Amino acid sequence: MVQAAVQSANSVDQGDDRPWVGRSIERVEDAALLSGGGRFIDDLGVAPGTLHATILRSPHAHADILSIDIEAAKRLPGVTAVLTGEAVKAVTTTLVVGVKAPVECWPIAMDRVRYVGEPVAVVVATDRARAEDAAELINVEYRPRGAVVDPLGALVSGAPVLHDGFPGNLASERAFRYGDPEKAFADAPHRFSIDIRYPRNSCTPIETYGVVASHDAGEDAYEVLANFQGPFSIHTVIARALKVPGNRLRLRTPPDSGGSFGVKQGVFPYIVLIAAAARVTGRPVKWIEDRLEHLTASVSATNRATTLSAAVAADGKILALDWDQVEDCGAHLRAPEPATLYRMHGNMTGAYDIRHVKIRNRVVVTNKTPTGLNRGFGGPQVYFALERLVQRIAISLKLDPLDVIKRNLIDAGAFPYRTATGALLDSGNYQEAVARAAAQGRLAELKARRDEARAQGRLYGIGFTAVVEPSVSNMGYITTVLTAAERRKAGPKNGAQATATVGLDPVGSVTVHVASVPQGQGHRTVLSQVVADVFGLQPKDIRVNTEIDTAKDAWSIASGNYASRFAAAVAGTAKLAAERVAGRLARIAASQLNVEAADVVFARGFVASKHNPENRIAFSRVAALSHWSPGSLPDDAGQTIRETVFWTPPELTPPDEDDRINSSLCHGFIFDFCGVEIDRVTLETRIDRYVTMHDCGTILHPGMVNGQIRGGFAQALGAALYEEYAYAEDGSFLTGTLADYLLPTTTEVPEPEIFHMETPSPFTPLGAKGVGEGNCMSTPVCLANAVADALGVADITLPLVPARLAELVRGAEPPAPAGGATAAPAREGDRQLRGEGQASVKGAPEQVWAMLLDPNTLQSVIPGCQRVDKVTDTHFRADVTLGIGPVSGRYRADVELFDLDPPRAVTLRGGATGALGFGNAEGRITLAPDGNGGTKLTYNYDAAIGGKVASIGGRLLDGATRVIIGQFFTALARRAGGGGAEGGGLSLFALLAKVASLFGGRR
Amino acid sequence: MTRLKADARHSVRFTLNGRPAEGEAEPRMLLSDFLRHQLGATGTHVGCEHGVCGACTIVVDGMLTRSCLTLAAQADGCDLKTVEGLAPSADRLGVLQQAFRRNHALQCGFCTAGILMSLDHYLAKNSAPTEAETRDLLSGHICRCTGYTPIIQAALEAAAKLASSKKETSDA
Repeated sequence: MVQAAVQSANSVDQGDDRPWVGRSIERVEDAALLSGGGRFIDDLGVAPGTLHATILRSPHAHADILSIDIEAAKRLPGVTAVLTGEAVKAVTTTLVVGVKAPVECWPIAMDRVRYVGEPVAVVVATDRARAEDAAELINVEYRPRGAVVDPLGALVSGAPVLHDGFPGNLASERAFRYGDPEKAFADAPHRFSIDIRYPRNSCTPIETYGVVASHDAGEDAYEVLANFQGPFSIHTVIARALKVPGNRLRLRTPPDSGGSFGVKQGVFPYIVLIAAAARVTGRPVKWIEDRLEHLTASVSATNRATTLSAAVAADGKILALDWDQVEDCGAHLRAPEPATLYRMHGNMTGAYDIRHVKIRNRVVVTNKTPTGLNRGFGGPQVYFALERLVQRIAISLKLDPLDVIKRNLIDAGAFPYRTATGALLDSGNYQEAVARAAAQGRLAELKARRDEARAQGRLYGIGFTAVVEPSVSNMGYITTVLTAAERRKAGPKNGAQATATVGLDPVGSVTVHVASVPQGQGHRTVLSQVVADVFGLQPKDIRVNTEIDTAKDAWSIASGNYASRFAAAVAGTAKLAAERVAGRLARIAASQLNVEAADVVFARGFVASKHNPENRIAFSRVAALSHWSPGSLPDDAGQTIRETVFWTPPELTPPDEDDRINSSLCHGFIFDFCGVEIDRVTLETRIDRYVTMHDCGTILHPGMVNGQIRGGFAQALGAALYEEYAYAEDGSFLTGTLADYLLPTTTEVPEPEIFHMETPSPFTPLGAKGVGEGNCMSTPVCLANAVADALGVADITLPLVPARLAELVRGAEPPAPAGGATAAPAREGDRQLRGEGQASVKGAPEQVWAMLLDPNTLQSVIPGCQRVDKVTDTHFRADVTLGIGPVSGRYRADVELFDLDPPRAVTLRGGATGALGFGNAEGRITLAPDGNGGTKLTYNYDAAIGGKVASIGGRLLDGATRVIIGQFFTALARRAGGGGAEGGGLSLFALLAKVASLFGGRR
Repeated sequence: MTRLKADARHSVRFTLNGRPAEGEAEPRMLLSDFLRHQLGATGTHVGCEHGVCGACTIVVDGMLTRSCLTLAAQADGCDLKTVEGLAPSADRLGVLQQAFRRNHALQCGFCTAGILMSLDHYLAKNSAPTEAETRDLLSGHICRCTGYTPIIQAALEAAAKLASSKKETSDA
């Protein structure tokens, strides 16, 4: 499949007058990136004396902080400061919350933690390693609370409540009604419903967050460099939290950013945190997030529980929709949430002509990482429900799923089309796109493949999806969460200001600046094409800068890279700016060439007369004139040194009195279909063919458009088949490494067959629409529909991992037969460690018993034990250092002995805490003479763990436990004078002091 | 084996892209951090620090190596090659790099250095890899931007080009 045409047009014919826009020219960004010359945030130097921060994070999903002892950490050489919530509170104020409620939202825990990974302390030191050393010395005492991780569970009466200001964990509830849905449902012959649980996932850029902050005490001004991606409405949130006006928060971005996909919007609480640390220390402070931090606590897409019902006519025509959405925003409602829920509000009818809609939206908080921007932003959740329901309607009415899609598509003659909920769909021809895709993607042949596969007894299915892809968000859509009365009080919010600056320097070379903050999309290249076309130059003549500096550059709240706004809004605004300059240059040139300005044309590096091309002047000469000889410019020309254009589309109006909102400016169309085969034995899903048809308006750079489609497809494939931010019931985070959170690689991602249609948008300067997010909306449900078709099942939950499909196909796994060696079967998400084993030690039971209860012996035989203190005869405290896989750390264990039956048996129960996690365990050890003067020890244990150790993967725990137990018995035997462990496993005191402490479990 | 004091800095010397390089490192310092922050060779990137993403891949004594899973001290006396050593000169790209640019095989470019190193190493020994072999080789790298196909295409195209230029050389 690699032969697909992705090659660039690298041969440039100088005499070619075709426009540059629309060509796949090579990217100006690439030479540096390919030779190690990228300038990502951690590649840039910092000021001498810059300090480095590390963040101590909560191992608990929900707990009160009883005390934080930072003294030992502060005493460590190289440590400059340790900031707890109190210290941060002294110099900042709470982050704005997106709904009206008496809640606070801090970037660091104040007196309570609400998710695993929530910052608890910031350590600032001369280097990162020392800061991390110090963080391990901080002793935090927690009192755990009950945790809730399920959005519907959070609403149940009696569920643990996260914030008093959100009674019953409900942060927002609104009901909407468009048309007459009650009547439509009452009159319709059919009603179909679907319940969906959309999981948590993230696009996980390979570069993590980074922040460098400093504070000028004299002017009380902050300067921050961060790989933030926008929207710059967040600048106001940061400045407010830092208690400075906007002009005292200078926010800059580095030249390169290693992917974002929305995720780097979520760096903003850390900007506040690190800026606070800079203020407290009076020094620049740098922080680079690590991967565990990123997976655990950066930001996540929302998970959502949806019930969607449709009133349907006999022919499959959908007459009305009834949405009930419960959005899970995690532990805090961080700006701009609950935007994920409202981004799609104008598009709740998808690509379909449905006039009656009812919506109930609830936003809940749970003990999970706060949510934020993620590619697709609300689209995957909505379309998964809608397009699964369309398939269900077809199956129930015994209709072809594609026929049901076609019956409901908005008519080609209806554009611009106002949806029931308020979106103004700009342009399209959905029927034509579907027809072309079916033909070019060889749908008939795919169906024959399915028939053939099924005839051979194979599991093969076909899925379809039709999706409207919104782009260029209305900055006012989020206010739909407020009632009309609340909106009147708050003042109107709408529009989406894009900015672009075109400058000409004294030798007439052209510079372009935009506030689009790319993370690899190639904005600099496309802008050079757009502006080169206006000036009759070549892209290499145009130098584009996409860094942003809020102290110097033109920007607004809509600046940044999100909602697929670049091609539609930013590139178009650059065109307008260049055209404004060109208009003035034309007047200047006209006076020099003695022609009318209307007769002036820009081509091949010259400004010339259309009628007499020989009458011309070099572009650079005209362009430089404003610098060298302003006096010789025609009076009406004005300067041509620099022009900044601000552009906001008039179509982006605020929500109306009836809550109709044009939530986005542009609406592309996607029609996907795919064939998948599921292996009968492994239940692995293999994509046989994936066809994706896009109409994103005018295509500016085909190679980049296909790059966006492929990249989105690969991420969506991950979301459909592999990826989930998994939590245990107690809120422990279970996928803290890339070996647990599985991302698709070269061997999992097939090449989709991409087709295009171009229906220009009438609302954008270049006719372009966004294209970056569509497959994240269409592909997960398209694959799910295909899998449902293959398996003949009604309910599908993502990700489609084989274990989940096995349950669908074969039912739940039966319990293991009785009498097995190890204890109860593990449940999904169960972090219980259970085991049993035995060991032989020389010496009579009485002798071994005495050793096991002697602190000095224990200290010498417990691996990594620093000290054991005897509190009472049956109560011990121990400090141990233990390594599990790559993560080693110190733990404080507290163990008590029960049911003593000397020298035959004892039960140990205890818990342990450390920077890497916490745990509780219980074990019973029995001692018996082995007949040779020695002792046979038999033990069983039951332990559970939480915190960082849980996140890095249960994969490692069993093995590590066995190694540690083995070390314990070997040392015990050596101490007793010979013998050793049989097998391995956890044991008594080892379990206790060391392991137990570490892994521990039940409360 | 030499035992290094944990709390002291030790001199580390190796050859980096054909030139001698030297710096000081605590025993616990990772090779990736040493390259980036001590030597300023920031082309090698760090994406996960647990060996899965492949962004930090370099060549040490002819072996592909995750520099995030290697201590700087381990590289003492070794011969290292990083992305900074791929281009024939500062203003020219090598065959593989050109193929990446032509095929839009990168977007943000953060993972690219590791992928280039794996391919450069592999293509030197395998002049005519199949698509399946190339996909298998690169399964140890994660790219979140491209969807991989352009990378595979660039690799195959570079392989063909390198093979034909080798043939021309040997024919001549």
